[in-house]
Amino acid sequence: MSTVAERAARPQPRTAGRLRRLRRTPAGRFLRRLPFYVLIAAIFFYALFPFYWALRSAFTPDVDLFKTPVQYFPAHPTLTQFREVLSSHFFLRALLNSTIVAGSVTLMALVLGSLAGFALGRFRFRGRSATLYLMLSMTIFPQIAILGALYTTITRAHLYDTLWALIFSYMIFTLPLTVWVLTSFMRALPKDLEEAAYIDGATPMQVFYRVLLPLVAPGLVTTGLLAFIAAWNEFLYALSFEQTPSHYTVNLAIVNFVGKTGSAFQVPWGQIMAATIVVTVPLIVLTLLLQRRILAGLTAGAVKG
Amino acid sequence: MSTTEATSVARPRFRRRRLPRLQRRQRRLAWILLAPSLLVVALVAFYPLGRTVYQSFTNQQFLALEPTKWIGLANYFGAAGLIHDSIFRDAIVTTVKFTVITVFFEFVLGLIIALVVNSNFKGRGVMRAVMLVPWAIPTVVSAQMWNWMYNDIYGVINDALLRLHLIDHGVAWTAQPSTALASVAAVDIWKTTPFVALLLLAGLQVIPSDLYEAASVDGASKWQQFWRITFPLLRPAILVALIFRTLDALRVFDVFYVLLGQRLGTQSMAIYNQSTIVQTGDVGYGAAISVAIFLIISVFVVIYVTFLRVEEQ
Amino acid sequence: MKHLRVFVVLGFMGAIALVASLSVVAAGSTGTSSRKEAATAAAVKPPPVANAKAIRTKYGGQKITFIGDNIGLTHQRDLKLAAQFTKDTGIKINVVPHPKASTDAYAQLARNFSSHSSSIDVAMFDVVWPGAFAPYLVNLKPSLGGLAKIHAKGIVQNGTIGGKLVVMPWFSDYGILYYRKDLLKKYGYSHPPGTWAELGTMAKKIQAGERKDNPNFYGFVWQGNAYEGLTCDALEWIASSGGGHIIDNGKASIDNPKAAAILNTIRGWVGSIAPRGVTTYQETESLNAFDAGDAAFLRNWPYAYSASQTSSVKGKFDVTVLPHGGKNRSVATIGGWELGVSKYSKHQGAAIEWIRYLASPGAEKFTAIFSSNPPTIPSVATNKAVVKINPWLKPKIANVARVARPTRYLKAKYQQGSTIIFQGINQIENGQNANSVLPRIASELNRLLK
Repeated sequence: MSTVAERAARPQPRTAGRLRRLRRTPAGRFLRRLPFYVLIAAIFFYALFPFYWALRSAFTPDVDLFKTPVQYFPAHPTLTQFREVLSSHFFLRALLNSTIVAGSVTLMALVLGSLAGFALGRFRFRGRSATLYLMLSMTIFPQIAILGALYTTITRAHLYDTLWALIFSYMIFTLPLTVWVLTSFMRALPKDLEEAAYIDGATPMQVFYRVLLPLVAPGLVTTGLLAFIAAWNEFLYALSFEQTPSHYTVNLAIVNFVGKTGSAFQVPWGQIMAATIVVTVPLIVLTLLLQRRILAGLTAGAVKG
Repeated sequence: MSTTEATSVARPRFRRRRLPRLQRRQRRLAWILLAPSLLVVALVAFYPLGRTVYQSFTNQQFLALEPTKWIGLANYFGAAGLIHDSIFRDAIVTTVKFTVITVFFEFVLGLIIALVVNSNFKGRGVMRAVMLVPWAIPTVVSAQMWNWMYNDIYGVINDALLRLHLIDHGVAWTAQPSTALASVAAVDIWKTTPFVALLLLAGLQVIPSDLYEAASVDGASKWQQFWRITFPLLRPAILVALIFRTLDALRVFDVFYVLLGQRLGTQSMAIYNQSTIVQTGDVGYGAAISVAIFLIISVFVVIYVTFLRVEEQ
Repeated sequence: MKHLRVFVVLGFMGAIALVASLSVVAAGSTGTSSRKEAATAAAVKPPPVANAKAIRTKYGGQKITFIGDNIGLTHQRDLKLAAQFTKDTGIKINVVPHPKASTDAYAQLARNFSSHSSSIDVAMFDVVWPGAFAPYLVNLKPSLGGLAKIHAKGIVQNGTIGGKLVVMPWFSDYGILYYRKDLLKKYGYSHPPGTWAELGTMAKKIQAGERKDNPNFYGFVWQGNAYEGLTCDALEWIASSGGGHIIDNGKASIDNPKAAAILNTIRGWVGSIAPRGVTTYQETESLNAFDAGDAAFLRNWPYAYSASQTSSVKGKFDVTVLPHGGKNRSVATIGGWELGVSKYSKHQGAAIEWIRYLASPGAEKFTAIFSSNPPTIPSVATNKAVVKINPWLKPKIANVARVARPTRYLKAKYQQGSTIIFQGINQIENGQNANSVLPRIASELNRLLK
């Protein structure tokens, strides 16, 4: 472009100021960015320290857990906590239950949400906004408020104490999220995107599947992740709709961990921390892998206007 | 009309006649695509939501065996109604303060994290992991963990601050009124910034990179690029993030329950709601509280949508 | 970046390897409950069922659902009792553990009863719930009235609503004082404090001394958070100081000078001999502080005795009754669990036999030894084997006067009333003068009692 050429041809007018020259040295650049690095370090620490604390607690024997002065690194590290947790059929079963529930909910929410997002984001029709807000209002009511009525519905449908009760009730907060996010993604795509495909004779569903869906992949990954974790973390409905221990989800199981005395007042914190590590680490690793794969594919030139 | 007019008008008229049919077909398809989602809403949410609103007009109790009576707006405007409930008023104030603080910080921090992960910054890979960790730890555990980190006898936060000589004796972070809300907010910000960061990151990734290239060539600084390109194109993602975060913040329960319990003056709306329904057993009044919470959240949603003006785009 | 992906995959595989190897290691052991079981199994077994033949003829083959104690050792205990019962009578029992947290267990039962479901036959009820659940429970007086006579009178009375015995006592907790006997000795005290004033003095001296080496040390910790536990602690303070029982003879009696005095004393202690954060402590936090060696005195339930056996203060502490005020007597708030039959149950006869077995002296002896559950039958509480395992059952401590929370007056409104009480007491702990808070508590309680 002319401006670039012009600018390249023009001699550099900025020859003044030793300060300015200093700024452009590597040391100067570093110093300028120092506040930024400090901020990033602070964010790292804020986000990761509690996880480190959980890790250290998971390897600390019960006696030392709350001892003062505080041990930043376990003085007598032990594997007992992990052993107790991993040998507990109760906990492992709960892990399985949670995976089933969260996985099913995420799948359903993504499928329904992307179809709805397609409709609400690419078509113009009356009632579009109303539908969006109807979806939203579904999730605005406090959980405890609709718990009673939901309990009645679940019981009448003979779903009480089954995983299906959770799969259905979790749609209440996952579906609006997927619908809203995917609608906004679909809406943000260029308007004439489908025209070319339609002219080529594609059906709307083909357009959806082949043209639009790949382009909103970041949205799918993100909402899938958020929906999965939201379903994974949910507690109140799991507590209210599951009665038999073999149907507990992982949160319910952790909360019901019991110490050696069997008393309801005792909290086996070491085991709970070990369970947390067992639950969190694979989740993080899996999502890291997932993200890198999808995003790598995306930046390889798919988004071209 | 004359022939020249007819020819010049014929084309648009031809297009206009075609549009309605296409539009009708589109509309039908749209509703078919929406049907499954609406079916889920109807089955799962319609009855509970409807019943909650209905209950707010009755005096239903949790455990009592007396028949439920319709009492109209008494739960709202009656002598013992919501209007005169000073505890609920305090709960609203506490929750709104909490919401404003947490949503603000989560938004700022989330944006920074998303921008860092989206850029060529060297630490972006690790930042991605950092983004997920707080979110991945089960809520039932993280609230209690922070509670014991804040403890004034054996908590690690006090221990660290003491060692660094920043304080001279352990502070009861959650007990003192001056630090209680901030302590709870810090936990929530820690826990849900990843949510905002993930959403904003997804939004950043669909912004075409050639827009930035063109802007650099035109001589725009990084700051200008952010305001002129990133921010406007990110508006839809920002809207979604703000709405859902505010929604969750106004209904906050776990973190308040574990850290602050049921102290007067620091209850959140959801805690007061739960204690009304379960402990007091007044389901009708609790339903009225839920409807009030719903209305308060709706106010925020309307404000966001108006100010971010995404619909018009 | 390529390296990062390799790193991540390796990390994942490492995690799987860790899990696998730990599982292999774990294949040997099967968790805590079985280890303790091994230690006591040889020592105690559930007793045989009395009148088994007659019960079998009448109800044999029926199946009932029992909402029993939480998962872990206590659930194992329930399963053992159920196995013995089924063996002797042929009645099958589906034992479902209730959620560990008391409030969650309450909500579970409440939801079930309000839906008039017949899926639950027998359930465990906290001592403060009978008032709320009374309309849904079967009157046990005709069938179990005789058995109730051998249980502690106060608890039986607590479970009698409107003349009907709606729940049968099963376990009875009560508040006791834990103290560091080594520190008492170190600072020249020969016996634990008898009055609250003495406790204050001792705590102050010990704290001042210990603070030289341990900046985290405090004199006294209790359950001060705004929750049901605070109602228990507060009742003990007030009743042992001559301040009444919060509600007496149908009217709120908490607004009196003696109650105000002890509560203001407690208020003074918060931040001086008790940590400022004690207003957020529940059972766990207070016990953690005591177990870490950072408290001289602790008020807690009997469970803390065996819980502290695996802590760093093992062997250094002992238990006694809580202090009293002036010339009044020491008291302990009643906690614990009771058993009831749902009126929607389709097998009420079988359910009642199950309760008869559980609340029998033989079964209570078993539970006291197996899982240290405080028995509600005084004769069992004095049994040598039982006291050996549970030193806090020594007559000196076990015979302390019990006080009950005001459930018989508040009945179904108990939880609401308790909320008013603990929120108010928590305000006093946090600095408000008792003289300004107690009138408000009293008037709100009186409104509920109308």
